[in-house]
Amino acid sequence: MNPKESLPRRARAVDAPSAATPAAPKALQGEEPRVEPDYLLRLFVSGFTPRSQRAIDNLQNICERHLAGRHRIEVVDLYQSPGAARDEQIIATPTLLKILPLPARRVIGDLSQVDKVLHGLDIR
Amino acid sequence: MSASTKESLLATPPTRPPKPSLGVAKALTGISGLDELTSGGLPRGRPTLVCGGAGCGKTVLGLEFLVRGATEYGEPGVIFTFEEMGDELAANVASFGFDLPALIAQKKLIVDHVQIDRHQIEEAGDYDLDGLFIRLESAIDAIGAKRVLLDTLEVLFAGLSNKEILRSELHRLFRWLKDKGVTAVITGERGESTLTRHGLEEYVSDCVILLDLRVQDQISTRRLRVVKYRGARHGTDEYPFLIGDHGISVLPLSSLQLVHEASTERISCGNSEFDQMLGGGYYCGSSILISGGSGSGKTSVAACLASTCTRDARALYFSFEESPAQLIRNMGSIGMNLATLVDEKVLRIISTRPTGFGLETHLFTIYQTIEEFKPSIVVIDPITDFAMIGNKNEIRAMMTRLVDHLKTKGITALLTSSQHGSAVSDGSNSEADAGISSLIDTWIVLYNFEVAGERNRAISVRKSRGTAHSNEIREFLISDRGLSLVNAYRDGAGFVTGSAREAQQRHDAANGGSASNNGPKKSARRPSSL
Repeated sequence: MNPKESLPRRARAVDAPSAATPAAPKALQGEEPRVEPDYLLRLFVSGFTPRSQRAIDNLQNICERHLAGRHRIEVVDLYQSPGAARDEQIIATPTLLKILPLPARRVIGDLSQVDKVLHGLDIR
Repeated sequence: MSASTKESLLATPPTRPPKPSLGVAKALTGISGLDELTSGGLPRGRPTLVCGGAGCGKTVLGLEFLVRGATEYGEPGVIFTFEEMGDELAANVASFGFDLPALIAQKKLIVDHVQIDRHQIEEAGDYDLDGLFIRLESAIDAIGAKRVLLDTLEVLFAGLSNKEILRSELHRLFRWLKDKGVTAVITGERGESTLTRHGLEEYVSDCVILLDLRVQDQISTRRLRVVKYRGARHGTDEYPFLIGDHGISVLPLSSLQLVHEASTERISCGNSEFDQMLGGGYYCGSSILISGGSGSGKTSVAACLASTCTRDARALYFSFEESPAQLIRNMGSIGMNLATLVDEKVLRIISTRPTGFGLETHLFTIYQTIEEFKPSIVVIDPITDFAMIGNKNEIRAMMTRLVDHLKTKGITALLTSSQHGSAVSDGSNSEADAGISSLIDTWIVLYNFEVAGERNRAISVRKSRGTAHSNEIREFLISDRGLSLVNAYRDGAGFVTGSAREAQQRHDAANGGSASNNGPKKSARRPSSL
């Protein structure tokens, strides 16, 4: 058994303080859940590699600091849904897609360069 | 399972395809000529790089490899296009008879358009190209693909700025493709000093094919060269190729060995006196060159052979100077009825201007027509005009190919060649025979004489392999009854023609000699000889 596999499946979704329900593992809301979050972000990763985990952590930190709950993050593992790679034109992983607000933007990498993430997402 | 799938992508996969013990396994391309050139196609289970400048036919070659694989060899394929949209691609290749939508519907092909727009992409940290790998793998697994086309990966270099990551990921990609056991074609744009702009050749070590489109004197020629083919013998020359109605055709020298059959059967030249001169006519399937100055009667001699065609032995006449109607009229004036033969479909006359296309296109047209009409006799009248559209080496290469091709098919080939300038000497003019005399089995030289206020013609057999041919130079008449030979009429110094000959004949008759010929032993002499 791969040790990575022993991670709880829930970990695929971002671990937010409000604690996601296992029923909706891919979507997780920010600290103050809203019906319509200002920011809808989708992060595509390829399996649970340290890099994927880093990207998830980085994104979470950035959102908490700069969006303060006005966001919703979805994490998609391309191994689980390979069709998404084609549908969303994903080449590099991790890829972060800003779906809302428009215009859609994308940032690739483990999101360690915060300035670039903010710039890429049009967050000032 | 995510872990196992990932393992196969990221780590060394546990199952490698068995390596063939002897030589390199190959995947037939189905592209006419390329399989011969590479003795069996591209290296199976390995990536092949196809590079060249814009518009040189990289994509078409790649696509044809995939389409033929899917339609003719039962090998489904995955096409990743980085430049063209899937439907654009389908429209572009529909003209070759490739029906991509149908193949996609039959699950024989998957076309995925990979869009990379640099302006939309911000790079913030470390990444890899797993997205691409996953897409590729899911497409390959979806239809059990054996062939993959990536057209063209170099777009990645424009879309992604971290070259270090890109290079290591490309290394991984090519290794992965090998491990996956798919036969891949990767296209790349030609660089200034390197084969590809971004050095893709560094990653592909098995087979590299270079395409080239050159324009010379306003005529463009496509050429293909196998730069590298690890572990296999291959032709290393540049081979002309065409993108025609059925995709790509590469034209390798058709016979790398001289193995054509040698027939002992003879075919009439269309004139009994000519036949006699050659000891019984041309050999079937031999190649014949008729050379001579303008107006020396080349076309007449050529048409004479063509007029021997029958239902079982059809003739194909390529005329580069006269239109069919003109040729029929002109030959009609010397008693040859070509029109009936054309009507009976035993003779086909095809007229084109040499400058109309490049050499290769001409060659292909000739090949294709031969395939279709299946003649026993082919006349090319004249070959000299090709000098307008190619240099001597190119023409020689083309003629070598053509003569080889015709010989292999057992077709009797007659080529005419005009000499420029006065040609009283011996008719050997390297310009005239386009340097192909060594390929020729029978070489007949026609002469024009300007002597004593008249022009007369003469004919001689310069060489004729394997026949007991005459060594004489004989006078040759073209009249409304056709071609005829007059026995060489010699005096001591040479031989006499035209009215001088008639005078000599009368003179000899008056002196009680027979009006016959034969040689130096003849006692009579005439000062007006040549």
